[in-house]
Amino acid sequence: MLANHAKLMKFFMNAGEIVGRKKLQKMIYILKKCDIPFEEKYEFHFYGPYSEELTLRIEELCNLGFISEQKEQKSNYYQYRYTVTTAGEDFLEHSMVEFPSCNDKIEKMKEKSSRFLELVSTMLYFDHLTKEEVEEKVQVVKKSSNYTHADLQAGWQFITELK
Amino acid sequence: MYKDEQLEEEKVFKDPVHRYIHVKDRVIWDLIGTAEFQRLRRIKQLGTSFLTFHGAEHSRFNHSLGVYEIVRRILFNFNGRRHWNKDERLLCLCAALLHDLGHGPFSHSFEKVFKLDHEAFTRQIVLGDTEINHVLRRVEKDFPQKVADVINKTYEDKLVVSLISSQIDADRMDYLQRDAYFTGVSYGHFDMERILRVMRPLEDQVVIKQTGMHAVEDYIMSRYQMYWQVYFHPVSRSAEVILSKILHRAKHLYEQGYQFSLKPTHFLSFFSGDVSLDDYLRLDESVVLYYFQMWIDESDEILSDLCVRFTNRKLLKYIEFNPNSQMNEWMELYQLFKQIGIDPEYYLVVDSSSDLPYDFYRPGEEGERLPIYLLMPNQELKELSRESDIVESISGKKRTDHKLYFPMDFIEALSDDQPEKNKIKTILGLTTIE
Repeated sequence: MLANHAKLMKFFMNAGEIVGRKKLQKMIYILKKCDIPFEEKYEFHFYGPYSEELTLRIEELCNLGFISEQKEQKSNYYQYRYTVTTAGEDFLEHSMVEFPSCNDKIEKMKEKSSRFLELVSTMLYFDHLTKEEVEEKVQVVKKSSNYTHADLQAGWQFITELK
Repeated sequence: MYKDEQLEEEKVFKDPVHRYIHVKDRVIWDLIGTAEFQRLRRIKQLGTSFLTFHGAEHSRFNHSLGVYEIVRRILFNFNGRRHWNKDERLLCLCAALLHDLGHGPFSHSFEKVFKLDHEAFTRQIVLGDTEINHVLRRVEKDFPQKVADVINKTYEDKLVVSLISSQIDADRMDYLQRDAYFTGVSYGHFDMERILRVMRPLEDQVVIKQTGMHAVEDYIMSRYQMYWQVYFHPVSRSAEVILSKILHRAKHLYEQGYQFSLKPTHFLSFFSGDVSLDDYLRLDESVVLYYFQMWIDESDEILSDLCVRFTNRKLLKYIEFNPNSQMNEWMELYQLFKQIGIDPEYYLVVDSSSDLPYDFYRPGEEGERLPIYLLMPNQELKELSRESDIVESISGKKRTDHKLYFPMDFIEALSDDQPEKNKIKTILGLTTIE
């Protein structure tokens, strides 16, 4: 029961705390591209790969009381902070779902900004293209983000480290 | 040139939602005539909802024409406005018409069970050796790629993308009205003409002139009501659960080397996970329903029973279910079902709202997803829910639920002497107080 929810809960347990929905979206996408078996479907959106299914599933986990969501007011926007609750830990104890270890990847991503993870997830979205084509495509679809050559190089290096 | 060629006489399709769909471009007319586009007549827009709302037999063909028509009207209004590049007109119309091209039969369940992606098939149809591709290539060599990029939302001009895919796009505006019309519900209506009049193109998105806020509120409200009343309807979800279990069972049997009485030729590549474009295009809903009818006579009792349920609308019953507070009950039920010989993998199913592909309007976090923006008189942009109390109040509502589906008839058919029967009925809350 709720196997896909349980996988996300394992992720949250490993992560400890996640700050920001955008960061959460990109982290799950990057893990998916590293063959971690999340099943949430992603599409390309204005800010890179985005999964409505993931958004709804997180909302379900919050409504079930498995995840705590704190809404924080920033200067001109809101930000959300996620942690696992005691009920969430109980749920995981009953769950039989298998989930490969990916703590190192999660830790690496947590250290990065959501803007950088947006770049990396966008690069991974086009991983069927050649390196040059990926860079060209990123500059086209992320024109307003003004990613530099150095950003792209850092992105490639990060992808190599993760995989 | 082919891309500018106009039909001698405008063609019109009579349409119950938009009254008329107008076609003057030769390219659009030729695309509609292709085999791949005509196939959409055999894919229902609302999947299993026809088992709940008997009118909901409309197809993705109807919807695709509707989205095309809405974009055509939007572009008519955009003509001459700043930020709008009229050279993108044909690209927008083609992408609108073809945006759902890759949907398969009962798309959602098929994608989940067989790990498919309809967007990938849309790309293959647009870029591969197909009638669609031949028409698009006549426009320009790289035109198929441009159409694929718009549909995939990776095209450089974000304004073009946002017409087909955003929080207030032609796709949603058509399906809300069309689904309302064909299901017969009274929600889902809003003043689209007004919304089209207050849409304004900006550099990379469409925004709504502030004076049109109330029309957009109405659109958001109908979206909210349609989700709960139509898209998340528990009976349609029951049918979806059965459909998904049929596909799982057939795949499982194939993997076990089961000998089907009727060789499932059309499904073989789906079972083995190697679906070619030709295989994909051949399998429409008529074919799927034919197999379901034939599988009723299979010797495998589970496959046969599930197909009877789907074909004859003998659906699973449900109760509201809370996976947090009722976890122990679920585990007990699982064991009881096994004891009485009802396979819980097929007959005890928790279905969550996130299992469905429809989304609500959410303002979200900055950089998470592009919201609807209002264009204020001073040219400032403001997110809709910051200005509209109605939208803000809907955005804060709980929008998730879980249901537990089970075969009531199997349980009722158990002997009253069987102790498990009462235990199951008690847990499911089915006991009557005497």
